[in-house]
Amino acid sequence: MNKQLHNFLPFIRLGLTDVWRHKTRSVLTMLGVVFGVGSVIAMLAVGEGASHQALDSIKRLGSQNIMLVSVKPTSDEGGNVSAQQGRLAIYGLLYDDEIRIKETIPNVLLTVPARMTRRMARVGEKQVELRVVETIPSWFDVVQRPLLAGRVLTENDHITCANVCVLTEQGVRRLLAGEGVTGERIRIAAGMFEVIGVVKNEDGGTVRAPDSEADVYIPISTGTRLFGEANIRYSAGGMEGEKVELSQIIVKMESTETVEAGSKAMEAMLSRYHKKKDFKVDVPLTLLREAERTKRTYNIVLGAIAGISLLVGGIGIMNIMLASVTERTKEIGIRRAIGARRSWIVMQFLINTCVLSIGGGIIGLLVGIAIPFIITFTTEMPTIIQPYSLILAFGISALIGIIFGLYPATRASMLDPIEALRHE
Amino acid sequence: MSDVQQNVHAPSANEVVRLDSVTRHYRVGDETVRALDGVSFSIRKGSYWAIMGPSGSGKSTMLNILGCLDRPSTGAYWLNGENVAEMDDNQLSDHRLRNLGFIFQSFHLIPQLTVCENIEMPLLYLGVPHAERVAKAKMLADRVGISHRLRHLPSELSGGQRQRVAVARALANDPAVLLADEPTGNLDSATSIQIMALFNELYEQGKTIIVVTHEPDIANYAKGCIVLRDGRVASVNEKETRP
Repeated sequence: MNKQLHNFLPFIRLGLTDVWRHKTRSVLTMLGVVFGVGSVIAMLAVGEGASHQALDSIKRLGSQNIMLVSVKPTSDEGGNVSAQQGRLAIYGLLYDDEIRIKETIPNVLLTVPARMTRRMARVGEKQVELRVVETIPSWFDVVQRPLLAGRVLTENDHITCANVCVLTEQGVRRLLAGEGVTGERIRIAAGMFEVIGVVKNEDGGTVRAPDSEADVYIPISTGTRLFGEANIRYSAGGMEGEKVELSQIIVKMESTETVEAGSKAMEAMLSRYHKKKDFKVDVPLTLLREAERTKRTYNIVLGAIAGISLLVGGIGIMNIMLASVTERTKEIGIRRAIGARRSWIVMQFLINTCVLSIGGGIIGLLVGIAIPFIITFTTEMPTIIQPYSLILAFGISALIGIIFGLYPATRASMLDPIEALRHE
Repeated sequence: MSDVQQNVHAPSANEVVRLDSVTRHYRVGDETVRALDGVSFSIRKGSYWAIMGPSGSGKSTMLNILGCLDRPSTGAYWLNGENVAEMDDNQLSDHRLRNLGFIFQSFHLIPQLTVCENIEMPLLYLGVPHAERVAKAKMLADRVGISHRLRHLPSELSGGQRQRVAVARALANDPAVLLADEPTGNLDSATSIQIMALFNELYEQGKTIIVVTHEPDIANYAKGCIVLRDGRVASVNEKETRP
């Protein structure tokens, strides 16, 4: 109706003045929506940040890669592990496995063997245990690490079994203080090594990179020549040793499409040669998909929690509005007596609730944007504010105003004007 | 021709209010209470009437029906040429908005609104633009002698001042009938005299006024008096008619 349209603007003013005249109550009523909207945005931002970090670290592992990792078999499976060899446990991936993969699995681009051990290192008087990655130069092609100084391992180092090493930033911190470390000489177990380069560390994250704890890289040929393949520790009960030819084989496939088939074929092929289950196959692509699925679940859970808090905020509004209708019964009676239609009373109260919920929504929006910034600033946890979450939270808050305002407004309009005027 | 007649034809042009055998029944439990039991009268444009009666006479019911807040159970009530008995709730609201000005015993101003906003209220619902509303509110406040208090809240005014604001609000929509319910019930006698003088002024200016009261002193200000008893018209006295 044209007339009602004409009347709409004054009603907005009316709603606004209603809110303004009951400041304290309005603010308290809005709080529910403020926190509801704020928590939706903040939670989604934190969730998005965390999963983005996880996805990022998986992506850095390379979606074309397949990781084969040696695992110590559980004792009941590997009864023969130590039976003939005394206390020397022999298990894990072999050089032969690498060759078999290269020869039998289609679409393999590159294989990188690696052995990870812990060895004592010394510089002058300082002695620390380092995590050593013995590998070939193409490691750095498959697992990319920014070079901070010097150079990485080369084919020549590998062929000549050179006593050179590349430290990680963390390795430098642990072993050498100060800068200009390239050219420095360090002792690792029985060998002297020259530091030829420094690379940046993998920065943690929820998914561990194959070398997330590494301190130093050396050519695998040098490692074999100096240390052999057995890692023996002396302990109170005597000695305990492990012989692991390769701790890891990273297989780079030609494309992401061939990753899944390749990993299955590899697992089947290796299972035929390994009687006991002493290896596992990690596919970053699968991890990626899983992480994405987890992220979705996470978002649904967060969304549900936030939705409930918005609902609670809405019920709070409804509560206050019902109280307000009772309190303003006389006003409603006066307005009706003067000639306000039922629908105009509905409109007045509905606009009142909408002003509250949208006002709360706007403040909540600001709170929701501020919280992730504070979190990132204080805990260095990454947060990402998704534009859709802003629209979603704000839209829901407006909707809540309408839904939860409708009942009190209708109730107000249904009051009999004669009764309402008599109300004290 | 008298202002009050007993006939069942459609109202003539100067009959602003006309009731034809109006009844109003309530059901209380198993009993039917006849609050109004066949009331007929008519009121000419520009006249000033009092409706009197002891409590239980059907005075309040009469007021509600005259004020279009309630509909007769049977019979017809014409206000400004339209039969209220046949209207739905929205039409009733519109009818109140256009044709009636209410003045209540306890003023019934909205406490959160200023004097000006209270006076403006009927105009707001009529869809009058803001500037025009304010201008008219000022004019009306001036007319009832309250223009110096436009920005005040009702709680800051005396009883007499509040009732003046209520009168200004009742006049805002240029109603066909001013309907007052015990307009001096909450006022001291000095203020009552002032308010009744204001009513008299309005009558002189040509307004149609109906005052519902149980006080003979107040009824005396009116130019005619209808007395109700047990839901029926007991007597109709007219002191003077407008020349």
